[in-house]
Amino acid sequence: MREIIKLDGIKRDFIVGDEIVHALRGVSFTVGEGEFVTIMGKSGSGKSTLLNILGCLDTASQGDYFLDGVSVRDMDKNQRAILRNRKIGFVFQNYNLLPKTTAIENVELPLMYNNKYTRDQRYARSVEALKAVGLGDRLEHKSNQMSGGQMQRVAIARALVNDPAMILADEATGNLDTRTSFEILVLFQKLHAEGRTIIFVTHNPDLEKYSTRTITLRDGKVISDESNKNVLDAADALSRLPVEND
Amino acid sequence: MNFGNLFRIALKALSNNKFRGFLTMLGIIIGVGSVITMLAIGQGSKRSIQAEISEMGSNMIMISPGGDRRGGVRLSADDMQTLKVKDFEDIVEKCSYVSLASPTVNASGQCVYGSNNTPTSVYGVNLDYLEIRNYKVEDGDTFSEQDIKTAAKVCLIGKTVVENLFTNGENPVGKVIRFGSIPLKIVGVLESKGNNSMGMDQDDLLIAPYTTVMKRIQAVTYLQGITCSALSEDYTDQAIDQITKVLRENHKLKDGDSDNFEIRSQQELASMMTSTSDLMSTLLAAVAAISLIVGGIGIMNIMYVSVTERTKEIGLRMSIGARGMDILAQFLIEATLLSVMGGIIGVIVGVGASFVVKALLAYPIHIQPWSIILSFAVCTFIGIFFGWYPARKASNLDPIEALRYE
Repeated sequence: MREIIKLDGIKRDFIVGDEIVHALRGVSFTVGEGEFVTIMGKSGSGKSTLLNILGCLDTASQGDYFLDGVSVRDMDKNQRAILRNRKIGFVFQNYNLLPKTTAIENVELPLMYNNKYTRDQRYARSVEALKAVGLGDRLEHKSNQMSGGQMQRVAIARALVNDPAMILADEATGNLDTRTSFEILVLFQKLHAEGRTIIFVTHNPDLEKYSTRTITLRDGKVISDESNKNVLDAADALSRLPVEND
Repeated sequence: MNFGNLFRIALKALSNNKFRGFLTMLGIIIGVGSVITMLAIGQGSKRSIQAEISEMGSNMIMISPGGDRRGGVRLSADDMQTLKVKDFEDIVEKCSYVSLASPTVNASGQCVYGSNNTPTSVYGVNLDYLEIRNYKVEDGDTFSEQDIKTAAKVCLIGKTVVENLFTNGENPVGKVIRFGSIPLKIVGVLESKGNNSMGMDQDDLLIAPYTTVMKRIQAVTYLQGITCSALSEDYTDQAIDQITKVLRENHKLKDGDSDNFEIRSQQELASMMTSTSDLMSTLLAAVAAISLIVGGIGIMNIMYVSVTERTKEIGLRMSIGARGMDILAQFLIEATLLSVMGGIIGVIVGVGASFVVKALLAYPIHIQPWSIILSFAVCTFIGIFFGWYPARKASNLDPIEALRYE
């Protein structure tokens, strides 16, 4: 199995005033292609720091990080920007769609920063990505005309459009109600079934049951790393939710 | 990242804030509009002055006896009697760069015809003078060389004098008027020249042979001036050199002596007069340029606010792969688009305002193509210059911080 992520003794220190804060104290794990990993941890566990490093937004103070076989450690800002553009799809808690911009334009955005794509290719791929998240009929809807669930779907489409090595979701269901959260989980499970690698960072323990593996952080260290033998089906959970009558 | 995509992104961002963009451009619009209007007005008045001057004869050279000191008393040029007919004759003979020359002797006085009278001046000149000063005879004929030789009592009459003396509309040609006590027969009526740029009525005069004015009216042997015309405008300096040489020789001046005459060319006069309007247009343009800079600062201000406001957007763009220079370019293009669009509207407003000024105030305007090109160049420069700092700030943002920014 191809290794998408290989972390080897990652440490990250921050200097706050006179003190050195050890946010990560030696994190090592690998994630193979097609895994659906939940990274759990309470606030202060180093979860966000790890997410930033995995997302190539930050670099480790010590240790090696290989993303899809490429060492990130010695890359400069511009190289990491290009790496993010080609290898990573971000999904944020608050969607981060551009205001007053249509769904298709939001999804096209990552491809705008990639010279390989012509205008027509960009459009075709974005339409495809929006269809994959079930928004094929909402291409021209603006971000402020959509519900939270729809906006998150657009954000997921945007994460998919560059065909990334992994999708990095940061509390992707944190702003959504239960039903919509499950809808998004169904979507993630569908993407996983299609062979995508997904890293899902959350503090909500209910979500880990839907992924294939859970890594738990505490105080900057991995305290448990378990595969989930009994993956629940989000679609099943969704169907058992009480139907809203409004 | 290609330029076309960046351009599209910038355009999209601007169109999201149309009204704000318009307000930002307003500074540039007013700046460019005023630069163009001011230059158009300045250049218009300069051109009209130049046109008037060239109507007076652009290659004209005026010689007058300079003021001099006699026993410690400085005398005015009018009292000098140094300029003689001989000087005039020598200039005609020896100065190859001088094409036309005329002595001038003027007299002021009351002019009478029948029961009407009017104060006016009589210019004693020869026939070259009409050509040098662009006077044309509308009715009748000029006096002749023979009239000059015999100091004949004839004259040409200007339109203003005609209006004052011939109130019942009779034809003045052939009539005899009196200038002071001297009767002069009108041989021709001059075409109207209107006022000159100093506001002097150029039609309020009589033109008579210089011999007539010298001998019969003034009873003097010297000239008040000599008016010449150089071969062309380009030869004015050479002509002045030749004249100076002839006059110094005639007046027996030694090498160390200063000239006892004064030579002024129309070119000098023109540059003197246009320098005033040049100064005016420079000042106006400077004020307009300041408003352009203020407009630029407005752009900088708005771009700065915009960067802060869109911090999250910048963070997102960076997280999906925009490099610092992509962000820099995007904001620079936005700033430049604002200023260039403002420039385009400003040019339209400026040209429009110029024509309004022309239509309402009948002010001469001339829109210079280079002022439009310059405005565009300045606008582009302003966009880049004032957009640079905010764009730089945007591109230096840390994506993690920017994404977290609320």
